[in-house]
Amino acid sequence: MPEATFLDATELVINMGPQHPSTHGVLRVILKLDGEKVNGTECVIGYLHRGVEKIGENRTYQQFAPYVDRMDYVAAVSNGLGYCLAVEKLLNVEAPARAQAVRVILTELNRIASHLLWLGTHALDIGAITPVFYCLREREEVLKIFENYCGARLTTHAFRIGGLQYETYDGFEEEVKKFCDWFIPKVDEYEELLTHNRIWVGRLKGVGVLSADECKEYGVTGPVLRAAGVQWDLRKAQPYSGYEQYEFDVPTGENGDTYDRYTVRMEEMRQSTRIIRQAVDRIPSGPIMGKVPKVVKPPVGEAYVSIEAPKGELGYFIVSDNSTQPYRLRVRPPSFVNLQALDCMVRGGLVADVVAIIGTLDIVLGEVDR
Amino acid sequence: MADEQNPEGSAAPPPAPKPAAPKPAAAAHPAPPKPPAVMVTTPWESDITEALKERFGADITEFSTYLGQNFLVAKPDAAIPILETLKLELDFDYLVDVTAVDYPKRAERFEVVYILYSFARNERMRVKTTIADGYSPATAVTVHLAANWLEREVFDMFGIQFAGHPDMRRILLPEEWQGYPLRKEYGILQQDDAWVRENMGIESGQ
Repeated sequence: MPEATFLDATELVINMGPQHPSTHGVLRVILKLDGEKVNGTECVIGYLHRGVEKIGENRTYQQFAPYVDRMDYVAAVSNGLGYCLAVEKLLNVEAPARAQAVRVILTELNRIASHLLWLGTHALDIGAITPVFYCLREREEVLKIFENYCGARLTTHAFRIGGLQYETYDGFEEEVKKFCDWFIPKVDEYEELLTHNRIWVGRLKGVGVLSADECKEYGVTGPVLRAAGVQWDLRKAQPYSGYEQYEFDVPTGENGDTYDRYTVRMEEMRQSTRIIRQAVDRIPSGPIMGKVPKVVKPPVGEAYVSIEAPKGELGYFIVSDNSTQPYRLRVRPPSFVNLQALDCMVRGGLVADVVAIIGTLDIVLGEVDR
Repeated sequence: MADEQNPEGSAAPPPAPKPAAPKPAAAAHPAPPKPPAVMVTTPWESDITEALKERFGADITEFSTYLGQNFLVAKPDAAIPILETLKLELDFDYLVDVTAVDYPKRAERFEVVYILYSFARNERMRVKTTIADGYSPATAVTVHLAANWLEREVFDMFGIQFAGHPDMRRILLPEEWQGYPLRKEYGILQQDDAWVRENMGIESGQ
């Protein structure tokens, strides 16, 4: 009997990552291949695990706030908003209207920054080199606003429990408005580059389809769910921080493929700009900090509060034992839950599409591993 | 010289700053009335609770609301049938999260929490159940596929084995790691030193 050679093997198991440029961090995917076809995958994660939830139990409520920025470091402002809202819920206080409006502006700017980084790197993965330079150029303007506001560009710690620490700086409104006017034509420019580009459409259409039912089954949220045709956005479904005052649309796709997820995120950037414009025009005057005691000791109890982060539903489940530190702090990270659907999306597809699908899920490994 | 300085050094600092700092804090503290040491909940009644009461009876021990958030407490064996009923008959079709809370002083030390959402009702609720150390609750993967990784993380962090789970392994920590970090007795600086020595080639990660 002739010996079986390497080429006779029907299934080839290869490693993608943890050091691989298109896994967007330290994600290791074990691929089971039959030629070009993917028979199955297994994700190996945890390379960036820092024990954020354990740290939370050992820090006071205020001390822990900067840590949340380091989970989804691309959208640190959203992380901070979710955490502050959760602690405020436990304390049963609400941030003043002025603080809420500024929070909305900064969070939506952060959504734009997060989507821009996604678009640039996703396009880079597919083979379009130009968009990443454009995207980082525009993202820089958002980061400048953050820097002017609180001194930090990435891990901003922009909000405090009960409101804001800093008043807006002189010229904040003008600068934000100027950014919005300048930014919309840029989105059109990206769309001109990509939306009808034959290679782009060819690489994305029909790739990595995740139906609405599959999304719900896997708990997938955010743009991925909306691309599958479910018009669900927590900003609309369960408004927080005054989102009910603003007019905006929730874009959806039809096929739940990679191309639809692209169009949904592009439209979300436009809608975010729309929200920012409305919010900037009517920032109320008044205090920026609610009545929060210097020592935060929420009464015994528990609460789950979630927001629509750029990547999906970001939730905090906090159990308080009436001490200065959370008794238990659980983060429900959208990236972690969404990544679980990867296997379902790539199975039966081509190995080259794995790169496109990881990109379209828009995961941040800092949040997956915590 | 060292002998002369030492008694001086140890005698000088204590009287100056130490008693001064805690006193005003201690005086300020007793003023507000002490909040109760238990969660002050109100009963939760709706069509959901009616339907569940009829179906599960004594298996559900509590229907409550805290800060406008509804939850129920169920016996561990009933948790998965409840999730299934909620999904199939009451539209709670999205399992948001599975997590646990450790109360080492209680006889049944772990509280397993399932957070659910219904797209049709736009409503959230939590299903909670308490289990003792070593008890294996049934997996929720049979009802929601999302439970797969979430339960693996609970196992990784708390050491709760879910019976019938298709892939009950650690997910964030290395597979050979000893100890469950989110248990209360696990220190913040503690780690599996043997693993660190063997795999990282260093004495300690601290």
